[in-house]
Amino acid sequence: MMQEMTTVDPPAVAIAGVSHCYGRRQALDDVTFSITPSTFAVLLGLNGAGKSTLFSLITRLYAIQRGHIRIFGRDIAHASSEALRMIGVVFQQRTLDLDLSVVQNLTYHAALHGIGKHDGRARADEVLARTALSDRANDKVRNLSGGQMRRVEIARALLHRPRLLVLDEPTVGLDIKSRADILGYVRRLVVEDGASVLWATHLIDEVSNDDDVIVLHQGRVLAHGSVSRVVEAAGAQDIRVAFTRLTQGADAAIEAP
Amino acid sequence: MTVELATFPRMTGFAPVQYAICLKGIVWREGLRFLHQRERFVAALVRPLVWLFIFAAGFRQVLGVSIIPPYETYILYEVYITPGLMLLIQLFNGMQSSLSMVYDREMGNMRTLLVSPMPRWFLLSSKLVAGMAVSLPQVYTFLAIAWFWEIEAPAFGYIAVLPALVLSGLMLGALGMLMSSVSKQLENFAGAMNFVIFPMFFASSALYPLWRVREASPLLYYVCELNPFTHAVELVRFALYCQINWISLAVVGGCTALFMVGAILAYDPSRGFLARRGEPGGGGA
Repeated sequence: MMQEMTTVDPPAVAIAGVSHCYGRRQALDDVTFSITPSTFAVLLGLNGAGKSTLFSLITRLYAIQRGHIRIFGRDIAHASSEALRMIGVVFQQRTLDLDLSVVQNLTYHAALHGIGKHDGRARADEVLARTALSDRANDKVRNLSGGQMRRVEIARALLHRPRLLVLDEPTVGLDIKSRADILGYVRRLVVEDGASVLWATHLIDEVSNDDDVIVLHQGRVLAHGSVSRVVEAAGAQDIRVAFTRLTQGADAAIEAP
Repeated sequence: MTVELATFPRMTGFAPVQYAICLKGIVWREGLRFLHQRERFVAALVRPLVWLFIFAAGFRQVLGVSIIPPYETYILYEVYITPGLMLLIQLFNGMQSSLSMVYDREMGNMRTLLVSPMPRWFLLSSKLVAGMAVSLPQVYTFLAIAWFWEIEAPAFGYIAVLPALVLSGLMLGALGMLMSSVSKQLENFAGAMNFVIFPMFFASSALYPLWRVREASPLLYYVCELNPFTHAVELVRFALYCQINWISLAVVGGCTALFMVGAILAYDPSRGFLARRGEPGGGGA
């Protein structure tokens, strides 16, 4: 009998047995999950859950102490350059140069990826058009609103055409409309462009029923899968209740003698 | 049915032209930042000019300088301290660039640089080159003003001194970068600067020749001899008169390499102090 061979893309992110300590404090404990390409995955956790540490490991700001992280099959520790070329990053803190113009920030980012001036400028125009910021291209970043700055950061993350976009609490400090705009825009990137997204947040209302969700609490993954699967596994009626049950259950297990 | 993971075509490394683009981008950004901080440029010039116009004029009669290489005649005290003041500009510039690295790290901008797919050693070296490049117009502006004050070096000396300024600028920038890597907060680094800039400047041959120091205190003389800033000053002093001080060249070159390697290791995610402390991550949660 002939065996049929099917080729599938490697996971956009594959995290296996990752642990990380700051001195004696364990920030991540045996974290394992993977994200299928072209999905919107939400890393859901309270403040201090370990989301930013995980982001720092994925983007190689920190070295991995234990475990492996692969981006589309490329090991971030051993093939970091290849892996980082496939990632667009939006950090929790603002990382734009306030005294430079929008387009100067973008062309600087292009240069950091070895993209020349003319190509960088063309790409900057393209991503600014997509993020509806073309009219602010020559404005100093300092003069933009919080929501516009975030859009510039997303535009910057897209400039080198990454396959994976990782965003660490990108809507923190934004008003409701800006939050909805940014969330909607990033979701469209998944649907229209087939981008893979890892979106870290502590805001449950940013989770949609179509998303993949990873519940991270006190450095450990409590649940991973589609929203319906996580809700079902927690025996809850919605993701909000499921999240509360899972985290409270984990806290109770730790406190129990 | 068998499932096989797709393999993406292996990406090639960066071409030399891409490294050049990256370097140019980092230098350009440092230059723009410098232009936006006009007061920094003014402060960089006022400081040595105060030393030159006021301090040196006042001490001209007190601190006579005998004929010592590379000078072939008696010289005015202002002439003697000019190389030291050029290096003072570079010293402050190096520390200021590093201060901006600490600021960038606290504010998060540094992460943009560090998540670039370019090798980290290259990114840090480019940052160092950018800081040094910014110091050069400051030094030449100072030399131009000094020239109007009739402090003149041989015409070719102004060109010959350029490589020496590049090397000394790199050394002082690398020292600052190393310091910035071990400093957790902006305030700590600002304090550390005071413990570096002033001792380095005063315990050197910038303001007085070392034979005079030896007469006053042999111990201080040895401290001055061990101070890399002394050698940077002498390298520039000789270069300004179209000569090479080989010992100073070796010391400055060696210290540049040493400080640079130290800074690269310190910023390495697997070995550096930043990783041990959980930076840059803003709390590390």
